[in-house]
Amino acid sequence: MNYHWNWGIFLQQVQSGDETYLDWLISGLGWTVAVALAAWLIALVLGSLIGTLRTVPNRGLAMVATAHVELFRNIPLLVQLLLWFFVVPELLPRDLSLWVKQDMPAKEFFTAVICLGLFTSARVAEQVRAGIQSLSRGQKMAGLAIGFTLPQTYRYVLLPMAFRIIIPPLTSEFMNIIKNSSVAFAIGVLELTFQARQMQEDSEQGIETYLAVTLLYFIVAFSANRGMALIERRTRVPGYIGGAK
Amino acid sequence: MSFFTQFDFSVIAPSLPFLWEGLKFTAKLTLIAMAGGIFLGTLLALARLSSITPLAMVATWYVNLMRSIPLLMVILWFFLVIPIFTGKPMGAETSAIITFTAFEAAYFSEIMRAGIQSVPRGQVYAGQALGMTYWQTMSYVVLPQAFRNMLPILLTQTIILFQDTSLVYAIGAKDLLKAAEIAGKNYGRPIEMYVFVALVYFVICFALSYLVKHLQARTAIVR
Repeated sequence: MNYHWNWGIFLQQVQSGDETYLDWLISGLGWTVAVALAAWLIALVLGSLIGTLRTVPNRGLAMVATAHVELFRNIPLLVQLLLWFFVVPELLPRDLSLWVKQDMPAKEFFTAVICLGLFTSARVAEQVRAGIQSLSRGQKMAGLAIGFTLPQTYRYVLLPMAFRIIIPPLTSEFMNIIKNSSVAFAIGVLELTFQARQMQEDSEQGIETYLAVTLLYFIVAFSANRGMALIERRTRVPGYIGGAK
Repeated sequence: MSFFTQFDFSVIAPSLPFLWEGLKFTAKLTLIAMAGGIFLGTLLALARLSSITPLAMVATWYVNLMRSIPLLMVILWFFLVIPIFTGKPMGAETSAIITFTAFEAAYFSEIMRAGIQSVPRGQVYAGQALGMTYWQTMSYVVLPQAFRNMLPILLTQTIILFQDTSLVYAIGAKDLLKAAEIAGKNYGRPIEMYVFVALVYFVICFALSYLVKHLQARTAIVR
């Protein structure tokens, strides 16, 4: 094995500018976190709505929700990203299409956020549906029996329980969205994977670069995990396995 | 809306043989990574559950590490690091096969661990009472049941794996997506190619997940 280690590389300047390689990685980390959090917001809101709709008695609504899930689950993320970036602008009305292609600010960022948000919303929807269906039928009946309307039953009886039950799988999805945000490099978002590739080519210190970036991903994903664990502890329901006494 | 006048889907037909080559590599990568991943994953799961502490610790670390890094980073890692160790450059295709096998082993191992743990402990005692060795108990009693219990989840993971193979794009291996991209460039019609390839992925994944659903109903053990 013939490799020249150089751990000081991070503090050296990049070949074309005043920044150091560390600056590149830190700005990459910022974009990774920004893409992941913004997409998570979309995924959580839309996923909850779609997942809930999959369980309602209205068959038309349930079918629309199922179609959403099947569509976004059965196409690879990278292919979806390329579709959003190259194909969708062509389908818009002429003026809007031109604006998106030429003037839209931070186009890559918003494309990545929408794509990742919708992709993950299908997965969140499946978790929400599983959570609602794991509740005993009596809960819904009880809600309706005391005079709640169906939306009220969902709002005050079913969803508060379902969301608490699915926090562990939602934690996995949250960590997945951070990892999946790396795909955004393909359309030129300057996130961590993009910066890693750039730094590797610029510095030719691949191992140090990838070790540092792997560590950064690890730290972000682990923080997300701990954050969700905190929420999980604070929202425990007494009387369930793992619940508060 | 000038949807159909603006797009020219006639470029699909002449590029089909080329796309077929790409799909063949995608399928090959998926199948090798599935077989290798399930085999290594089962060994990892057995290691994690074994009473030999160092072995269990190494397996746990490997699985947790792989599961906490983006697949894309792992693909770049292997592509970069393996040639440094072996001293000679390696093709993107070979690198992709090694990477996916090693990466999927971690995910399959978690599924197999759950499968092994779903087998009642009495089954192990029964095997031991018959005088079977550890490997005999595992391969004749525990693992067949674990496989059967986990078959739908193993196949679902394989569908995810099939979708994830599109990420070899990053190192330039010629899979279905890369073939579509090249064909799109050659004909000056990338948009149509992306739409077509998305359709191909969708049809395959949708059909497979439908099959898995049916299989799930058929293989369920009545208790």
